[in-house]
Formats: sequence, C-alpha cells, structure tokens
Amino acid sequence: MKSRGGRPTTLRRSERREWEERVLRPALAARPELRPDFTTVSDLPIERLYTAEDLEGWEATAKLGFPGEPPYTRGVHPTMYRGRLWTMRQFAGFGTAEDTNRRFRYLLEHGQTGLSVAFDLPTLMGRDSDDPLAEGEVGREGVAVATLADMEILFRGIPLGKVSTSMTINAPAAVFLALYLAVAEQQRVPFAALEGTIQNDILKEYIAQKEWIYPPIPSLRLITDMIAFCTERMPKWNTISISGYHIREAGSTAAQELAFTLADGIGYVQAALDAGLRVDDFAPRLSFFFNAHNDFFEEIAKLRAARRLWASIMRDRFQAQDPRSWMLRTHVQTAGCSLTAQQPYNNVVRVTLQALAAVLGGTQSLHANALDETLALPTEDSARLALRTQQIIAEESGVTNTIDPLAGSYFVESLTDRLEKAALDYIQRIDAMGGIVAAIEAGFPQREIAEASYRYQRQVDAGEKTVVGVNRHVEGDTLKVPLLKIGKDVERAQVERLRRTRAGRDAGRHAQALQALEAAARRPGNLMPPILDAIRAYASVGEICGTLKTVFGAYREGTVQL
Amino acid sequence: MNTATRVRLLVGKVGLDGHDRGAKIIARALRDAGFEVIYTGLHQTPEMVVAAALQEDVDGIGLSILSGAHNTIFPKITRLLQEKGSADIVVFGGGIVPEEDLPGLLRAGVKAIFTPGTTTRQVIDWVRANVTPRRRA
Repeated sequence: MKSRGGRPTTLRRSERREWEERVLRPALAARPELRPDFTTVSDLPIERLYTAEDLEGWEATAKLGFPGEPPYTRGVHPTMYRGRLWTMRQFAGFGTAEDTNRRFRYLLEHGQTGLSVAFDLPTLMGRDSDDPLAEGEVGREGVAVATLADMEILFRGIPLGKVSTSMTINAPAAVFLALYLAVAEQQRVPFAALEGTIQNDILKEYIAQKEWIYPPIPSLRLITDMIAFCTERMPKWNTISISGYHIREAGSTAAQELAFTLADGIGYVQAALDAGLRVDDFAPRLSFFFNAHNDFFEEIAKLRAARRLWASIMRDRFQAQDPRSWMLRTHVQTAGCSLTAQQPYNNVVRVTLQALAAVLGGTQSLHANALDETLALPTEDSARLALRTQQIIAEESGVTNTIDPLAGSYFVESLTDRLEKAALDYIQRIDAMGGIVAAIEAGFPQREIAEASYRYQRQVDAGEKTVVGVNRHVEGDTLKVPLLKIGKDVERAQVERLRRTRAGRDAGRHAQALQALEAAARRPGNLMPPILDAIRAYASVGEICGTLKTVFGAYREGTVQL
Repeated sequence: MNTATRVRLLVGKVGLDGHDRGAKIIARALRDAGFEVIYTGLHQTPEMVVAAALQEDVDGIGLSILSGAHNTIFPKITRLLQEKGSADIVVFGGGIVPEEDLPGLLRAGVKAIFTPGTTTRQVIDWVRANVTPRRRA
C-alpha cells in the first residue's frame, strides 16, 4: 500500500480483482465455502469481503460526525462509556407487590442502578386482579397492581427521589403515571424530581404485543395528554419509550424493527404537534427501546442507523431546533425469543453476545435476559447472573475504553447504511398509506412481521438457520434448571387486598372522582389531573380504565389473515 | 381423502395473553400441511373457545399459552368439552410450560404439550398421528 500525504490509502479496485484471481479463486477451487449464501438472522445477504469499494461516496462527516454531535451515529454522549456506563436496568416483577418490592431491594443491593417494573397481564390490560379474564394470570408474568394500596407496597422503602424507575405499561400508562405520582406525594418528593421512563407506546401494541384497551385515536389523546403534563411538571421523566423490542419478538426482521419503531415515533411526534405542543418542548424526553438479537453486527448497525435516521427525521421532517430533540436515546433488552429451553445454560452465552452488541451499538441502558426466561420468570440466582454479565462487559472486557470502536469498518458502515435505507423505504411506504395509524388499521406492519416470522420458522425447521441445541448440536436429555414458582396463593392474596381496599375507601369521594373523570373524557382538556384524583381516591386500575372505555370504546383487532 | 373427512382444527389464544407469534405460525403451518384451520384471534375465554369448537365441528383444539395460566386454562377447556359431551375433541397446546406441569395437564385430558424449540414439522406429524375426523356423515 502506498501512502499519499500521510493519509491512509485504500486498496484500488484493480488490486482487489488481482487478489480474486491470484488468491481467492484457487482457494475456492480447493475448498468451496460452507454455504452458497451467507445471510444475517434477518435474511440480509452478506458479502464475502467488504472493502473501500462498498463505501464509495461515503462521507465520514455526514455519516458519522463526532460523539454527542449530529447525526449521533457514534453515540449521543461526547464521552460515551468513558464518562458514564449505561444504566444496568434489569426488568423485574412477579407475584404480589411485597414479592416484587423484595426483589427490587435485592437488585439495588447488588449494584443495579435503576428499577424496571414488570406488571402482570391483567394489569397491562387495565383489568383488576378479580376480573373474570384475569383468572390464572394474576402475578404470573409480572407484579399485580390494582390500586394505590398495591403501589405503596411496591415502592415501600425505596426513595423515589433517588432512584430512576422504568415502568413497562402501555394501554393504562396514564393510570400508572398517576399511581407513581401519588406514591411520590406520600413520600413528599416533588414531581419535578422524579426520574424514569414509562413505556406508553400503544402503537407497537396494535402492531406486535397486542395489549390494548381503546382504539388508536383516544389512545393517542391519552399519550399526548401525558406528554403535555410531563413537559410542564416532570422535566426529568421520559414520557414514552418507543419500542422495537416487541416488534422484533413478534418475529420481525432487524430492518422492520427499525422501520416500524421510527414510524411509530413519527406518529407520536405528529400527534403531539397536532395537539398543539412545540416540538422542542417535548422531543428531548422521547426515548427508545430496541431488541438485541443474535446477529451481532446487524444489531450494532441497527442501533447506529437508528440514531442517524432519527436525527434526520427530527431535524429535517419536524424542523426541531434543539439538538436534544435530535438524539435517539435508547434502552436495549436482549432477545427473549432467541433463548432456548433446550440446554438452557447456552442462553448465558447468547445473552452475553447480544448484550455486547447493544454496548457496541451505544445503548444508554440495558437489560440482559436471564438464562431461564424461556421457561419462567427469572429466579434470584439467574437474575443476578444476568446482571453480572453486564458488569463483566462493563468492567472487564475493555470495550468501554473507546467510543464507537467499530466506526469506519467497511462492513459495519455499509451494513449501517443498508439498514437505514431499508427502514427509510418502509417509512416512505407508511407515509404513502397516510401514516402509521392508517397502516396499522390496514394491517400492514402486522402482515409484514407475520410473514417474516413464518419465513424464519421455516428456515429453522429446514435447518437453513441454526439454533444450537434445537436444530444443531442437539442432546437428548434437557438439563434442568431451578425455576421460579408463582403459587395460587398470590392470586388469592391479591384479590383479598383489592377487596379490602374497595371496602375501606371513601365511597363518596371515589364515585365523585370517577364521575369527574368520565365528564373530563367527554370534553377536550388534559386527563392526567382527573386520573390522579381518582387514584388518590383509591379507584382501581380496572375502574379507571373501564370508565374511560365507556367514553372511548374498546379496540378490536380486525380478522387475522394466516 | 375428500374434504368431508379432512381434519378440522381450531387454533386459539385464551385469556389476556397477546403473544400470538407461535399461534399464527402453527395455524399457518397446519393449514399449509393440508388441515382445515380456524384461528380464534386473541383474548378468548375458555367458553368462547369451546363454543367455537362445537360450532365449527372441529376435531382438535390447539391452544398457545405463554402467560403462565396453562394450569387454569387447559383443565377448564377439557372440563367444558366433557360437559358438552365432546371429550373426543383432541386438545393439545404449546407455550411456556415447565416440565413439572406436564403430568397434571395430561391427567386433565390434554393430549400433548409442545414446549419452546418444537418444530412445526413435529406438530404436524403429531396431529396427523393423533387427530382423526370425528364427524360422521
């Protein structure tokens, strides 16, 4: 390689052709490659070798910039992990509020730096623990919270002014923000001091996770009400966590995850603008949540592309002026759907690679899955091992020493470009349909994901995509791991407390609060204050959501095409 | 085999569990394998599933449960089928079901539970071997 003026030179095209003739061709003749095609887990074709040719016309200033500067490809902070590690935020919740409170304190004692609440399915659907549809599901996938009485126990002994809390809740998100505020009032912590995130992303529920209550339009009103409320009173709170995680878990490709997540983001920004908010007042508190799946480089490229694309969407499409509005800050969770019940200890290795990809992709916060999460909720031991996995990456591996270490790699940069392009193509198709709500109502993202998930399953079944322990390197006997058990007594205890709370509350105040809420829902105006009043009156989640449902109606999914 | 004797299956999601990736994959794979498949969609009650199964005159019911509620839902379905005199409808399922829960579910009348890592081929082969048309002309 010759050097011109001290700058590194690139190999010329003719040099590559010469290598192909002289070295590659005889090597291939002597030993063909293992497969005719090499693809990512999402089926993106990957070339044998990437060179400067793949980055022709690629301009480092425009494509990369510097850390903490647009387009943020290299990260949103100027010093990244040299200045501050990502937040290690392990999602936890099971059983009763007492059970989860105990797990929270355990995780905080072991060095976790933020809380993340998992609620059970009835709670996620805005139903009380004694709702007929809740039978058998109380406290199983997360903690059951039906009234302020449960929330008080959940955060007992945890100073809300000192921890940051993430709540994974969507359709009833406004009710849970109010519950958190009510506990803060009791602890005498001002709203403005509260730090945390509420997922509050209903669009991906229609697309992927399917935990909805109301139709899209009133749901978006609740979200813009929350954004307006937080913008004014909770400046440190992330109002929404725009989530690709569940889209990926439902079987999407990496490009679809990126595309539909940013399309959802566009939907929320547009809804807030339509509600009369100013983009730079609320956009800095929008946050994101992506999946970290098996394909190491594809995931890194996805996160880098996400930041670059969001910066251009916010700057060019929405004319945001504040650089903080352009930054895509994200949480990442390793892919639950990649874990296998077979040879479950293999999952520790998968999670390590996925978590490493999230870190090399520049995440702000991370949940590493526990090895037993394909079988049950994690035990205390498996949850600790997942946290230790993060700590080993952070403190032993050395990957935090420098910022965005893969920048400039021919492969990683061209993969980043390809994912950005693929996502942009989808976003343009969704725009042409009239936006994300229209696309969802037409079933478009749902169909694209179902197609991708079916294709992947066929590839696994045919052995075209490898899952170690499932279709390769299979062993007869499954190794058993200890599992967390949720007893039937959880449901009984939870329902009992709910009945006691109902019996003990001030009935007049409660009825009045729900009437006021219903009246407020029928006219314009922010719904957060009447929801907070109802929570203070110990109205249950099911009662509040039920009241709103009488005004807003219930969402029904259209016929699902197979 | 004429259509009158083709095996009819109901694939269902019961309760509040919205994880429908597996249910949709299985429903489509079974359909592609030549079975008649009806998919219930989300958020069904056991009563709704059993009513649909009887109305559609199916030979088998496959339920996907990832919510941890399997010990409640499966026995309720088999009991309801028995009450309706249709215990010959084969009930099977899949999802996140710990191994130790399997014997209880089998005792309750569930014929097979497929856990994570099962191929669609395994499910298709099992249905071929274990579900036969119960309708009489």
